Amino acid sequence: MAEEKKLFKVKIDNISVEVEPGTTILNAARKIGGDIVPPAMCYYSKLQGSGGKCRTCLVKVSKGSDADPRPMPKLVASCRTTVMDGMEVANITSPEVQEARKGVVEFLLLNHPLDCPVCDQAGECDLQNLSYEHGAEATRYEFKRRTFDKIDIGDKIQLHMTRCILCYRCVFTADQLTEKREHGILGRGDASEISTYIHQSLDNNFIGNVIDVCPVGALTDKTFRFKNRVWFLKPVDAHRHCEDPKCCGKTVLWMRGDEVFRVTARKDQYGEVENFICDTCRFDKKEAKDWIIEGPRKIDRHSVISQGHYVNTVKPKDPLVEVLDGRQPKLLFDIHTTSQVNRPDIDLSKIDGPAHSDDFNHRNS
Amino acid sequence: MGRKLLLEKAHIEGIRYYDTYRSNGGYAAAEKALKSMGPEGVLEEVKKSGLRGRGGAGFPTGMKWSFIAKPEGVPRYLVCNADESEPGTFKDRYLMEFIPHLLIEGLLISSFTLGANAAYIYIRGEYAWIPDILEQAIAEAKNKGWLGKNILGTGFDLEIYVQRGAGAYICGEETALLESLEGKRGNPRIKPPFPAVKGLWGCPTVVNNVETLAAVVPIVNIGGDEYIKYGIGKSTGTKLISACGNINKPGVYEIEMNISVEEFIYSDEYCGGIKNGKRLKACIPGGSSVPVLPANLLLKTAKGETRMMTYESLNDGGFATGSMLGSGGFIVMDEDQCIVRNTLTFARFYHHESCGQCSPCREGTGWMKKVLHNIEYGKGKMSDIDLLWDIQRKIEGNTICPLGDAAAWPVAAAIRHFRDEFEWHVKNPDEALTRNFGLAHYADPIPVPEPAATV
Repeated sequence: MAEEKKLFKVKIDNISVEVEPGTTILNAARKIGGDIVPPAMCYYSKLQGSGGKCRTCLVKVSKGSDADPRPMPKLVASCRTTVMDGMEVANITSPEVQEARKGVVEFLLLNHPLDCPVCDQAGECDLQNLSYEHGAEATRYEFKRRTFDKIDIGDKIQLHMTRCILCYRCVFTADQLTEKREHGILGRGDASEISTYIHQSLDNNFIGNVIDVCPVGALTDKTFRFKNRVWFLKPVDAHRHCEDPKCCGKTVLWMRGDEVFRVTARKDQYGEVENFICDTCRFDKKEAKDWIIEGPRKIDRHSVISQGHYVNTVKPKDPLVEVLDGRQPKLLFDIHTTSQVNRPDIDLSKIDGPAHSDDFNHRNS
Repeated sequence: MGRKLLLEKAHIEGIRYYDTYRSNGGYAAAEKALKSMGPEGVLEEVKKSGLRGRGGAGFPTGMKWSFIAKPEGVPRYLVCNADESEPGTFKDRYLMEFIPHLLIEGLLISSFTLGANAAYIYIRGEYAWIPDILEQAIAEAKNKGWLGKNILGTGFDLEIYVQRGAGAYICGEETALLESLEGKRGNPRIKPPFPAVKGLWGCPTVVNNVETLAAVVPIVNIGGDEYIKYGIGKSTGTKLISACGNINKPGVYEIEMNISVEEFIYSDEYCGGIKNGKRLKACIPGGSSVPVLPANLLLKTAKGETRMMTYESLNDGGFATGSMLGSGGFIVMDEDQCIVRNTLTFARFYHHESCGQCSPCREGTGWMKKVLHNIEYGKGKMSDIDLLWDIQRKIEGNTICPLGDAAAWPVAAAIRHFRDEFEWHVKNPDEALTRNFGLAHYADPIPVPEPAATV
């Protein structure tokens, strides 16, 4: 008989869930899903050792376990704290957690340039979403924000360190997906920066994934920079047979008409890449004929990318047609018969330059 | 004269060298521990002695040692934290510089107790000349058979390595120290797992302060029962205090933890009073990260009791009216010192030393520094004081390692106890540039609330 695995019973915001020993609080919360999932800026389930740094996922452990019911003295990072049997966690039910999270968002935005209008990440930026949900409307910071020069790491990726929130995700990606370690952190404190060893360009078939894992616009795709806003593009699922055995070939094409603007990996509901893709797929296959298109990508309806094409939305019924037995309402009278304000005889397209009040003053001009 | 255990023989000429150290009773404790007591015997004595970690947190050493995991076939390590970088603390430097063999002997006994065959001394890079002293002492001890293979015929092997840091305060945090020791960037690890389970190279590790390890030697010599006769209550034994600031006799003093703060500052045996006959304004009793106390709360607790130089008495009243013994960096400030400037200095230090790994500390320390800079240089606003309070509250407790707390506490305490001085700086920006606030009412006795009458 197979030995039955003992599951741990955990309560998060008074919702019970049973998870395997060794699960983190964050993953237990994701198992429940919904509003009670703490936001995570640095944790990435596909990257070993990530998490614990951004402090946005702080939660309160109000009961340690059945064996030791004492609460934990401090708020803990839910992405790196494993559950105990009988643990009780408060996330959105704890004002203390909400307050701390607001503080963390303020700290993250302190030196962030807030250049969303010119940032390629806008619309799919984790920091934008986080500050929209948990941040304050204004900053209390009155000092000059720190800035860095932009660096090109390789010919396809640009590093704009000023926007970085130092989540270390790209460091783990570069470390775990590629063989050579050339990408890391220089300096310390608020002067620390992501960089490459002696400004070396990164040349590796999987390095493009650092763009996908970056929660902000610090690492951007140079083949896509300033080409388009993501919410004007139509994401479609596509795949191709990739020669690289480590690459799954399953991607999202961001298209406008027949033109492929960029290729990214597929991301799940927590913004994490489902399968990493190689740089050939990402940068070199930019024509629709390279791909087998599966169909439109489902984007969460809260995202700005899905604006205008909500799935399953119902249009309100227009009762007028029903009342009029199927007839369309009739135009009762033409406004121009009673009003002199509008002059249908002046064709705006024939006016030279922008319209001016003078154009309307001279009758028969 | 207070009784001494660590620095008793520090003034004997040549105590730095093996022969003098040995002829003055050195390595007797090691001999006793290895030959007759055995690891359990030593652990029992250390537990009985009530020795508390001297690095700042004051965690009972015996308990820490008993937490170490002992899986089969996995080596265990002892790491000596000599990365003493807290502003105001310089006691370990004194120990290592003048009686290095005391530390070596302490390391030997502790490694034997823990079953560690390799011990590391991680020393801060700025103590550039001390590694040579330690290396020499290690070589001498090794020559005489106190280190190496099969020590004293017991079959116990031990090697001690000295590793120099590159000058980062954060590497004094035990997990950052281990990372640095492994040759990585000195970022604190996320706990759990604790070093006692997964420390250096993933093996069970104990990290102890220099003074803690040195204190093991007298404990073995005189026994745990005798050791608790020093000090009061749970503050057993002696403590090295590095006194500095506006006092007549700055230096490292070994105190028995049964004297009052007042006696420590004013008696001729220790600090010898305030320099130039000035009055005491404030004091930071345990190194830069512990809360600053005004004179009235320093000498007497809020309950009106005399404050003693012990872990408990200095912490009396919590952070509302108390402070901490910390690492024993005793900084005394006279009436001419400016608390705002002092707080700015500390904020600048923590901003510079933050590792940048987690966001509250990385961004918050710099922000506090800039706000304090404005207040100190006459550009502050009233709202800045509340802003500072809010920033420190959002850093404290929300970071990976205690550096965030250490950065927040001095600012919190300065505002809590010296708010008038901050307000004076804001209201009189021009005057604040030319003179200091002075003593004001900070030494006035605080009325003790009458206990409620019981019927």
